[in-house]
Amino acid sequence: MGMGKWKSIVAFSLMAFALLGVMPEVVAQEEAAAVVEEVTAPTVQDNLNIVWTCVAAFLVFFMQAGFAMVEAGFTRAKNVVNIIMKNLMDFSIGSIAFFTIGFGIMFGLNSSGFIGTSDFFLGWNEYGDGFDSQWPFTFLIFQTVFAATAATIVSGAMAERTKFTSYLIYSVAISAFIYPVFGSWAWNSLFADSSGWLENMGFLDFAGSTVVHSVGGWLALAGAIVIGPRIGKYGPDGKARAIPGHNMALGALGVFILWLGWFGFNPGSTTTGDGTIGYIAVTTNLAAAGGAVGAMLMAWILLKKPEGSMSLNGALAGLVSITAPCDGVTPLASIIIGFIGGVIVVLSILAFDKLLKIDDPVGCISVHGVCGAWGTLSCGLWNVDSGLFYGGGVSQLGVQLAGIGAGFVWAFGAGLILFLAIKYTVGLRVTKEEEIAGLDVGEHGMEAYSGFQIFNNQ
Amino acid sequence: MKLVTAYIQPEKLNDVKQALYESGITKMSITNSLGCGQQGGYHESYRGVDVEVNLLKKIRVEVAVNEDFVKATVDAIIKGAKTGSIGDGKIFVTALEECIRIRTGESGMAAIG
Repeated sequence: MGMGKWKSIVAFSLMAFALLGVMPEVVAQEEAAAVVEEVTAPTVQDNLNIVWTCVAAFLVFFMQAGFAMVEAGFTRAKNVVNIIMKNLMDFSIGSIAFFTIGFGIMFGLNSSGFIGTSDFFLGWNEYGDGFDSQWPFTFLIFQTVFAATAATIVSGAMAERTKFTSYLIYSVAISAFIYPVFGSWAWNSLFADSSGWLENMGFLDFAGSTVVHSVGGWLALAGAIVIGPRIGKYGPDGKARAIPGHNMALGALGVFILWLGWFGFNPGSTTTGDGTIGYIAVTTNLAAAGGAVGAMLMAWILLKKPEGSMSLNGALAGLVSITAPCDGVTPLASIIIGFIGGVIVVLSILAFDKLLKIDDPVGCISVHGVCGAWGTLSCGLWNVDSGLFYGGGVSQLGVQLAGIGAGFVWAFGAGLILFLAIKYTVGLRVTKEEEIAGLDVGEHGMEAYSGFQIFNNQ
Repeated sequence: MKLVTAYIQPEKLNDVKQALYESGITKMSITNSLGCGQQGGYHESYRGVDVEVNLLKKIRVEVAVNEDFVKATVDAIIKGAKTGSIGDGKIFVTALEECIRIRTGESGMAAIG
């Protein structure tokens, strides 16, 4: 060692500090030369729009966690890894499918009014390697998370008995085709220079009660019908049996995460940074609250106790219901719309479970399909410009009904075809033994709650 | 008095309970357990590392009965739990020395119900 080495270190450090001391001045001169252009107000507004839309997109992304937790909590412990994987994959595969194919179908040039035909891979060839503005990227990420929301609804209805590979096939189909086609009918003009046939009729669906939630809900219905109920769900006499969810805390966590994410879903659909954000946040929140209270009261009356899982579903029902009307109704109307949504969801869950004997483990057909339709309908009633209660007559209501009907026919029909095709090719459902042992072990070779003894007798 | 202990497959619990009710036996204890016999284990893996699972999930049913009911209990359990495949389970009948009802302090035949 000795002094020689220390001297070198000191000398080197001195040189480095000297350089560092000079550097800022050098850089500052270069910057001073570059910053001459003005920052104008429209530029700031554009950038604000981008910031807000991106933040909203990130909130909607977080809804994926919400869906995962709700579905994990409302199903049995032996299937938790499987439900997590389904949720992880319908987002991951969906993102890629939407970027490559779906975005073009939904927001590409739509000359026929029925399907887009450009902008695949976000217009790889058209834009080259530089966009005119940065907006297309932001719009893409925002729309991707919306598409993923629709896609992930179905995993709840088909939980605990669906083959994993079959679900992956479905994920591609919905994000690449089924969701974007309907989306192009209602939302094409948000990006393209064309417009879809439904929006040409004046169809109102601000953030997607029908476009996102009903499409997902009716696809879930098709899936649940084709795949059939879980083993043990219906007794030999056809009577419904309870298969309780294993973790209500996770379910509640999921609902709160979804509620938070909805503050990106609804207000974010302005894609503009201005005062409407706060207004839509208020309508959104009031409807969620109304839904939770409505469902709780309905459950209290019908089932004698304020049932936890129904109340949680009610909050979601309120949120789905306000998703279409949120930008055009008064706060008071939001409470009513949400409340009625909460009442409807309880009745719908009971009807699907006991009357129609369609096994829906998390209630998503009722929350998303039925309440999505209700929310879309309520635009025709309470919209301050064209609603029936505001002197607009029934014309808006008629258009809304047309949209609801089109959504049902398209999503349910395409869903039936898709799931039947999967059923009769690769198979849709797991074997009886695997369903009883639990999909975690069968499909993924691992357990979610290793070291815990779970009662496995259902 | 006898204690009838049966180890059954978890998914057969409802059938066993049903069969016991039909034979007039309504009092029992159910516990989770892990066990193995002739039924082989299965394969799991965690992050690339293999796990051989050979303690399988089972349900233990315990019914305390007096002599007259032993055959009915055993027959009911077999009726409910039998599938014909390996892993159906086993029944053990052991002598029960005393049985006391906590609430009233009764013992013997009166307590066993």
